[in-house]
Amino acid sequence: MSPATLDSKVPTGVPLADAWTRHKFDLPLVNPSNRRKFTVLVVGTGLAGSSAAASLAEMGYNVKAFCIQDSPRRAHSIAAQGGINAAKNYKSDGDSVHRLFYDTVKGGDYRAREHNVHRLAEASVSIIDQCVAQGVPFAREYGGLLDNRSFGGAQVSRTFYARGQTGQQLLLGAYGALNRQISAGRVEMKTRCEMVDVVNVDGVARGIITRDLQTGEFERHAGDAVLLCTGGYGNVFYLSTNAKACNVTAAWRAHKRGAYFANPCYTQIHPTCIPVSGHYQSKLTLMSESLRNDGRVWVPKTQGDTRSPEQIPDADRDYYLERRYPSFGNLVPRDVASRNAKAVCDDGKGVGSTGLAVFLDFRDAIQRDGRDTIAAKYGNLFQMYERITGEDPYSVPMRIFPAVHYTMGGLWVDYNLQSNLPGLFVLGEANFSDHGANRLGASALMQGLADGYFVVPATITSHLAGASMQAVSTSDDAFAEAEAASRDRFQKLLSVRGSRSVDQFHRELGQICWDKCGMARNQAGLTSALSEIRALREAYWQDVNVLGDGASLNQNLEHAGRVADFMEFAELMVGDALHREESCGGHFREEYQTEEGEAQRNDEAFTYAAAWEHKGDGQSHELHKESLTFDNVKLTTRSYK
Amino acid sequence: MGSSSTETKMMRLNVEIWRQAGPSDGGGFESYKVEASPDMSFLEMLDVLNEKLMADGREGIAFDHDCREGICGMCSLVINGQPHGPENETTTCQLHMRNYKDGDSITIEPFRATAFPIVKDLVIDRSAFDRILQAGGYISVNTGAAPDAHAVQVPKVQADLAMDAAACIGCGACVAACPNAAAMLFTAAKVSQLALLPQGQAERSSRAIAMVDQMDKEGFGACTNHYECMAACPKGITVENIARMNRDHLRASFTSRD
Repeated sequence: MSPATLDSKVPTGVPLADAWTRHKFDLPLVNPSNRRKFTVLVVGTGLAGSSAAASLAEMGYNVKAFCIQDSPRRAHSIAAQGGINAAKNYKSDGDSVHRLFYDTVKGGDYRAREHNVHRLAEASVSIIDQCVAQGVPFAREYGGLLDNRSFGGAQVSRTFYARGQTGQQLLLGAYGALNRQISAGRVEMKTRCEMVDVVNVDGVARGIITRDLQTGEFERHAGDAVLLCTGGYGNVFYLSTNAKACNVTAAWRAHKRGAYFANPCYTQIHPTCIPVSGHYQSKLTLMSESLRNDGRVWVPKTQGDTRSPEQIPDADRDYYLERRYPSFGNLVPRDVASRNAKAVCDDGKGVGSTGLAVFLDFRDAIQRDGRDTIAAKYGNLFQMYERITGEDPYSVPMRIFPAVHYTMGGLWVDYNLQSNLPGLFVLGEANFSDHGANRLGASALMQGLADGYFVVPATITSHLAGASMQAVSTSDDAFAEAEAASRDRFQKLLSVRGSRSVDQFHRELGQICWDKCGMARNQAGLTSALSEIRALREAYWQDVNVLGDGASLNQNLEHAGRVADFMEFAELMVGDALHREESCGGHFREEYQTEEGEAQRNDEAFTYAAAWEHKGDGQSHELHKESLTFDNVKLTTRSYK
Repeated sequence: MGSSSTETKMMRLNVEIWRQAGPSDGGGFESYKVEASPDMSFLEMLDVLNEKLMADGREGIAFDHDCREGICGMCSLVINGQPHGPENETTTCQLHMRNYKDGDSITIEPFRATAFPIVKDLVIDRSAFDRILQAGGYISVNTGAAPDAHAVQVPKVQADLAMDAAACIGCGACVAACPNAAAMLFTAAKVSQLALLPQGQAERSSRAIAMVDQMDKEGFGACTNHYECMAACPKGITVENIARMNRDHLRASFTSRD
């Protein structure tokens, strides 16, 4: 394979600000009466999937959509709390498309593709218009205009929000649009239905194999394009803020059928989550990072200080973020805050029964502003914290610890959001394109909706209009082969009848990834993780215990299939982290840091996206590089001192 | 799983759980014993029980769950007779075992309603809710056809009321709590949200009629003002929304041109 296959297809010879407009003009069109001749398969119904399915159906394409939950409305986009960025400049505080573009490229530590990011910033404006028209109840000021707040260290107020439930409201808006098309007969919706393979015919993605989770039946679906909108892979770590069913299966199956996986080592660890309380812990809960506006982060100065926090005088407390980063203090970016929490806990100063937590203390804010003011700002978060931990954060400092939250890596896509596998498009968190090595707050919702509402409906013609596509039938050999392979895999899982549960294996895999490919990574740890993962995977297929049968609802079998894919994916993630000999964004290699302990990029050697090609089971992946060029921003070192 | 020194407060519970192999199976209660820590969530207690069952070669109990932070609406369960259990405005996934004490008995059933057939054990089919929303729970606006977001002002009071209604997570606790298994609170929350916003006016009448018609078709019961729905709702949706929907429906019945 030559690197020429990694053509990003960004428009050349056009100024960045005009590139998307020009590209849309240059794309071929499919006329309205011809659109009904095409069938598009949309996998996943979060923000990206719902918005894409609805928009394509409105345009006249036939759409079949699939989700694993009992309703499209339950996709994990629903859990996003904070907000969605848009360069509306309604506050007249100097925001612009260019500034949002600039902030996002810089926030991504210069590892994203400029053209995609600029297009994202452009689309942000239309997203807000679209959502308001759908009846999304964004927060408003008394004059009836939309309210904004600041977020994630940006110096402008550009974040639109619907209380602490912005993701829910945006998803329900997109789900409404999808419902309208289902009702019109333009979208066929399959729920509790999991994609288990992609089918290629003559090197083009022409269909998928699904497994009905209620009946266990395998089905073949043919189409003219496949859109994967299946989210991120954070659950490879077992514990994360992701929903329990989030998985890498669709992306990984597509990868094994030829789609390159890019930058899997870019994972985001969110600093403010409720810590683990015991071995039974099933997931972690995020506490909005807005808490760091008023809460002060500290640990006791000496190891083994077991006094209760209110008994520890200021002189014996280490407000380590304020000490190390006097100008940003507690408001340093997510990756920096997370790494520092890990460092103090590694140093034996962590608090709580596990020693894996730091305090987030509102004592001073309550003294300064009064309890009522703090309650008005954070009341619902304090209540959620108390419900989970049984402690009252008004009188006892919160205990927090970082947790896996989002994954920037994903399937490689070009400017059209098409993977290297023709006919396969990838949207939202499932692709790698817009956030580089670190995502800024309130940008995930923006990307999911930009991809679904505005990008793919325009770019899908690059695939559909050009090719003279042969009709495919689900009786084609390629469908039969893919279905048989899927059946075998599930049958095999059912037939092991070993001694350890799927959950035990998943936890063990998660622990390896968290310890050795988490907030800080080094060569020795990553190398040992590779062999540990291989050994665990082998043990999995020898000793996993999956009960029941494949002919009815079997949640244990569903989980087993997903963990099997995580077992393979984890090796690629760790391998990517090992190969990237620099620190950038969410990827911190201990060998590559400044004297002050900050991330040190190596722009000369690593200003590229690493896209990995699957060469067969047991074979090494082949690396393809997409060089990243920065013509519109200057590469600098982020500093928060 | 071994127990460490931090888990000395473990409590022993007797749980009675509804088991049903499939939609056409009769089903019945089975009793189990489980040890739980007060810091566990309710669903983590079920996880622990399932691990124990599977280690003994018995199939785990099927139950729906996903986000485990109270927003996706996937979890359900009637716990000792109460949908989502005893805590006010709390979903089952956010309920914690510190609400129980050593030796307690807990009965766990699925949400029961004709319109929510049981799939397996505690898993139910709530697709009737999707079909109610498909009947009209949206504003018809094609992608790209929207005016600027500031073209229409929305008074803050209206926007806040719309958000109150929009907070519905579609879990179905309102139906499970209602003696008539009515879906009025669910349907009314969406009708209300869109009726309160200027963007929702064009289809206001047709929406109310279509959604209520679909709700009746699905086999949900009628509202006889018990307000159990409001008491059970984990998101605090109020019955004012039902009044709003009834007004819209009545007016639409007289004035609709459809």
